[in-house]
Amino acid sequence: MARIRLEELRKTFGPVVAVDDLTLSIEDGEFFALLGPSGCGKTTTLRLVAGLERPTHGRIFIGEREVTDLPPQARDVAMVFQDYALYPHMTVMENIGYPLRVRRYPRAEIERRVREVAEVLQIADLLDRRPGQLSGGQQQRAAVARALVYQPQAFLFDEPLSNLDAKLRLEARSFLKHLQKSLGITTIYVTHDQAEAMALADRIGVMDRGRLLQVGTPLEIYRRPRNTFVATFIGSPPMNLIRCRFHSAEAVLALEDGQAIALGERGEALRRAFRDGEPLWLGVRPEHLSLAEGPGPTHLSARVYAVEPLGVETLVTVQINNERIALRLSMDEPPVLREQVWVRVPMERALFFRENGELAL
Amino acid sequence: MSAFRMILSRLAFSIFTTLCGAFFALPMLWLLLAPFNARGTLAVEIPRPFTLENFERVFANTFAMRALLNSLILAGGTMITVTLVATLAAYALSRAEVPYYDLLTYGLILFSSVVTGTAAMVPIFLLANALGLVDTYLGVIMVFTGGLLPTAIFILRDFVEGLPRSYEESAMVSGASPWQMVRDVVMPLLRPGMMVVGIWTFVQVWGAFLVPFVLLRTPERMPAAIAIYSFYTEAGTPILTLTSAYALLYAIPVLALYLFVNARYGFRFFGGIKR
Repeated sequence: MARIRLEELRKTFGPVVAVDDLTLSIEDGEFFALLGPSGCGKTTTLRLVAGLERPTHGRIFIGEREVTDLPPQARDVAMVFQDYALYPHMTVMENIGYPLRVRRYPRAEIERRVREVAEVLQIADLLDRRPGQLSGGQQQRAAVARALVYQPQAFLFDEPLSNLDAKLRLEARSFLKHLQKSLGITTIYVTHDQAEAMALADRIGVMDRGRLLQVGTPLEIYRRPRNTFVATFIGSPPMNLIRCRFHSAEAVLALEDGQAIALGERGEALRRAFRDGEPLWLGVRPEHLSLAEGPGPTHLSARVYAVEPLGVETLVTVQINNERIALRLSMDEPPVLREQVWVRVPMERALFFRENGELAL
Repeated sequence: MSAFRMILSRLAFSIFTTLCGAFFALPMLWLLLAPFNARGTLAVEIPRPFTLENFERVFANTFAMRALLNSLILAGGTMITVTLVATLAAYALSRAEVPYYDLLTYGLILFSSVVTGTAAMVPIFLLANALGLVDTYLGVIMVFTGGLLPTAIFILRDFVEGLPRSYEESAMVSGASPWQMVRDVVMPLLRPGMMVVGIWTFVQVWGAFLVPFVLLRTPERMPAAIAIYSFYTEAGTPILTLTSAYALLYAIPVLALYLFVNARYGFRFFGGIKR
């Protein structure tokens, strides 16, 4: 178990910058999720830590040891691949025991350890099978067992749940979290699924185009995304961004269609942050919006675009001018299609982003 | 009417395929029947009278029997060398991303047909002579290896390319050295490809006449492809009873090898990773 430090890590493939000067410190025993859309460099970062790619620039430390120039064999980390990479010609027993076999453990010791891990992962009765005879969930467990068996310094997960069906994914998710917490092994977990990152991680690093945009606890990132990219990447449905213009004198935000929202108590703060007439993005989470009976200073007139009942709550999409806004409502009688409604915007919960996407307030 | 036409067209198709099948089956049938026939004939007929005397006479020819063993040594030796070297080479060439790889292999394949061909026989003989490899098994095996290797690498590279890299990466992260990784993970997964190349090589060498005929001098080292001429008359016509018996013996090892490999390993891929 160890701390992992990445210092100004950079990796380019020809003209493409996959990882751009990334500096990050992951604490001992921490569950850290690297989150981002495909092609953002998160998997490359993981492969750099594993030693499967050589950095163009920068340094990597695992524990107190610099491993930048060490081959994967010498790094003492375990990796679980997206496709699991269980060797099809070996039994589950041989698969899990392989890391011990290459370390020349005695046969009896290998068998004892494999059984021990298989017991923990509840696959002890599958040890004689081949990977092809296992279900997706069992394969995933076998792959985790193979990573677990040699008690590495750190776990590296590359989207390990993406090949599972939705129900199994939830099960495997809680299982992974439980396992990681009880073992306390430093873990880097790569995913493009924000819900997975939120649910699993102690801290999340959001990446885009090779850059680390924001690092924080799931709630920090959810509540105060540093920019509009993070705001719209986290949450399902993502944060609503409404394009407005700030009118200093009246302390209102004017929408493009002429509607205005009163800023109330936040007007003073906005005056300090924005110039009069400056365009900005108003950010509100769907669960913070609600429907109002009639007009009001912070109410917007909108037309219902779609209604999606999800059981616990109802997802309502409304249209204001050309912009679509999502609401999560827990109501028994949701509005009907094309109905004209009033949407209440809670200014105390709203975030304000500059035109370039940076969070201002 | 249309049903009638359908039956007619199916009938025509069946007759056509039967004729095609018969065309290829007749020589095989001859090979199976003629050795047991007391009369030498090119016709496919039930042996009459049935006899095993042809085989007795073939077995009595020690030169021809020894030649079968020589063929095994040459074909087996080349098979092992080509398969091992081609596997490692194909793996390295595929994973190291050698620039202009395709051009390189196509070029080599083109030249390789020259190596085992007639045109290069004189320089190859001179080279073998200079190296002291004339009249040795090693010399013949090396010439065949050189000639067959490019095509073998070409075939095997496709198998390597089909192998997901995560197997190897997983092994490396697990702590396996490069050699352990190749031995424990890559080679077993490439086995179907290695089998294909192995059998192909064996068959190529087993049936080859020219290279051993030129490079070998001592009758005791000649392979079966040459020894079969000892069942020809002085005038150069085959004694059909004996050549057919010897040809049957000559065909058995290849068939046996194929059946053994198919039963033991099967020409199939394991399949594991969904893509």
